[in-house]
Amino acid sequence: MKRIDHAEAASHFIAAKDNEAFHDKRLWDLRQKRDRIRDEIPEWQALRDLASVIKEHALSHLAGYLEQFETQAKLNGAQVHWALDAADHNHIVGEILAARGVKTLVKSKSMLTDECELRPHLERRGITVVETDLGERIQQLDDEPPSHIVVPAVHKLRGDVAEVFADTIGTDRKNDDPHYLSEQARLNLRPYFLDAEAGMTGANFIVAETGSVVVCTNEGNADLSANLPPLHIVSVGIEKVIPRLADLAVFIRMLSRSALGSPITQYTSHFRQPRPGSEMHIILVDNGRSERLGLADFWTSLKCIRCGACMNTCPVYRRSGGLSYGAIYSGPIGIILNPTQDLRKYSNLPYASTLNGSCTNVCPVKINIHEQIYKWRRVMSEHDQLPFAKKTAMKIASRLLSDPKAYRRTIAATDAALEYLPRFLLYTRFNAWGKQRENPATPDQTFYGWYLKHRSKPK
Amino acid sequence: MNARDTILDTVRRNQPAAVELPVVPMFDADLPALWPQFIAGLERMGGKFVEPAPSADLNALLATLFPQAAVICSATPEVSGNRPLSAVSEPKQLDDVDVGVLRAAFAVAETGSLFLSEIELGVNAIAYLSQHLICLLDPADVIGNLHHAYARPEFRSARYAVLMTGPSATADIEGVLIHGAQGVRSLTVVVAPRLPN
Ligand code: SF4
Repeated sequence: MKRIDHAEAASHFIAAKDNEAFHDKRLWDLRQKRDRIRDEIPEWQALRDLASVIKEHALSHLAGYLEQFETQAKLNGAQVHWALDAADHNHIVGEILAARGVKTLVKSKSMLTDECELRPHLERRGITVVETDLGERIQQLDDEPPSHIVVPAVHKLRGDVAEVFADTIGTDRKNDDPHYLSEQARLNLRPYFLDAEAGMTGANFIVAETGSVVVCTNEGNADLSANLPPLHIVSVGIEKVIPRLADLAVFIRMLSRSALGSPITQYTSHFRQPRPGSEMHIILVDNGRSERLGLADFWTSLKCIRCGACMNTCPVYRRSGGLSYGAIYSGPIGIILNPTQDLRKYSNLPYASTLNGSCTNVCPVKINIHEQIYKWRRVMSEHDQLPFAKKTAMKIASRLLSDPKAYRRTIAATDAALEYLPRFLLYTRFNAWGKQRENPATPDQTFYGWYLKHRSKPK
Repeated sequence: MNARDTILDTVRRNQPAAVELPVVPMFDADLPALWPQFIAGLERMGGKFVEPAPSADLNALLATLFPQAAVICSATPEVSGNRPLSAVSEPKQLDDVDVGVLRAAFAVAETGSLFLSEIELGVNAIAYLSQHLICLLDPADVIGNLHHAYARPEFRSARYAVLMTGPSATADIEGVLIHGAQGVRSLTVVVAPRLPN
């Protein structure tokens, strides 16, 4: 598999100046909305602690909870399938649909089905697959993967959408009013909802004690997909199981607040039993998760609830766009998930980070994201997956990082140097970041210098 | 070995050291007054709110709220409508409904959410295919937060349950907020105490 060159890919995004500027602003806006709504909840930090521990409990008892969920779901009348990997998953879905002669499948957004590349598989089998989340639909019509796990088309401007819709669903090319475009998408999708023989959703959570599948959307498209056709298929990663409804309260309180800065998604839907006369199939998908569980440094990445907060806050993600990561999962969470799928292909990604720790600070389930990114860098260098320029810089960096005093001296000196050094020294090919961007303005003081000056005097 | 056993086997082998399951508190000391918080939450999420005079006729109110509505389908006895839900054999038959009328089982002040299940909906799709939705709510049915919500027995008994908070919404094109993305274009909560039974 070819190695993804994030910096090179990002350069294309950065070249689209308006898109990049908007992307940066929009995601930072989401981050600020998240901060404001967090401040409305006095127990926010307690909720983060609970969310983290509940997930660690669930993952450390995962086999038991999966069995409990399976038992409950079967009692509820759902059918439960297990998929080892993406191919297995796609095969199961294909067989369920083929056995019922399904021609059209309406789908709500699911990162897992993107991970499994379900769509092309079903299309090869002659099934029309229709994404129904507006952002995901835009991406489907443009034949691009989602660039963000919550807002899939956030890298596009209205003019881009107008072009895509004009080419694919026949809208007026000159009309780029978002209201018009959304309305056209609604009108285009409605007949699919009415006539599809099957609907598919992902799941944000599955609850072991009740066998419930919980799906959060703002458009209500999951509810349309699941409540109209006589067949509802759910694809869910095995790490999504939580023990109790009481735990669900903790996660629902945090998910949309972290993702979009709203108290809850417009629709938080709980599917426990199929409607009378209809079928519900739940596919529990592994695809590398059970192996990841055994990685001492990285298993906690399985706690992720896919809120996207770490992406919104990440300066590298905001400036480089999700597609530059060359993977379904982008941003900080993508950096720590992708290498377990393909070490070589994603060996460059851990460098698409400033290690500023902001991702870790906003993560509602307290994953130590930036530490894992750093650990992945170590794994990459141990596996000799480092490109030359980074190797040289890293040798110097690793000497520094292992010697705190030298590190502080150097930071002070480097920052001073950054102010005076001529550009050609800063923006060489040895500084991969300098290629696309100006180095940040140098603060007058290092953090450590500031800390020394401002820390309270020992009593 | 089949996929199920292979997965469970690998999971068992790789499970990290056991972490204890914490007790989740109700976080209900000093909750704000329920009703104002519910209204504020609902409006923040794009929902509307109407408080008719106690003796007002709900059918007449509906006619003033949606004078253009041709097809009105009601799942609650307080409003008659002109499309009986009992005549619906397939969910897609609700495609032409202009206004759907429901009564929420309860509401959550913290988030401004309404709880609806197949009991309240009759046909689940009414909450999504209707162009507009009216939801009756008895102020006595508002509870404090999501911890209280998930302690309710309905989540264990309902086939399908939704916490509905405002109308269908999207901001997928340049962050511009649009109501009526796929489902209902508007959601109006009407204060209506439950009929004595
Ligand atoms: S890693 Fe944390 S912040 Fe990032 S998407 Fe997952 S839960 Fe959200």
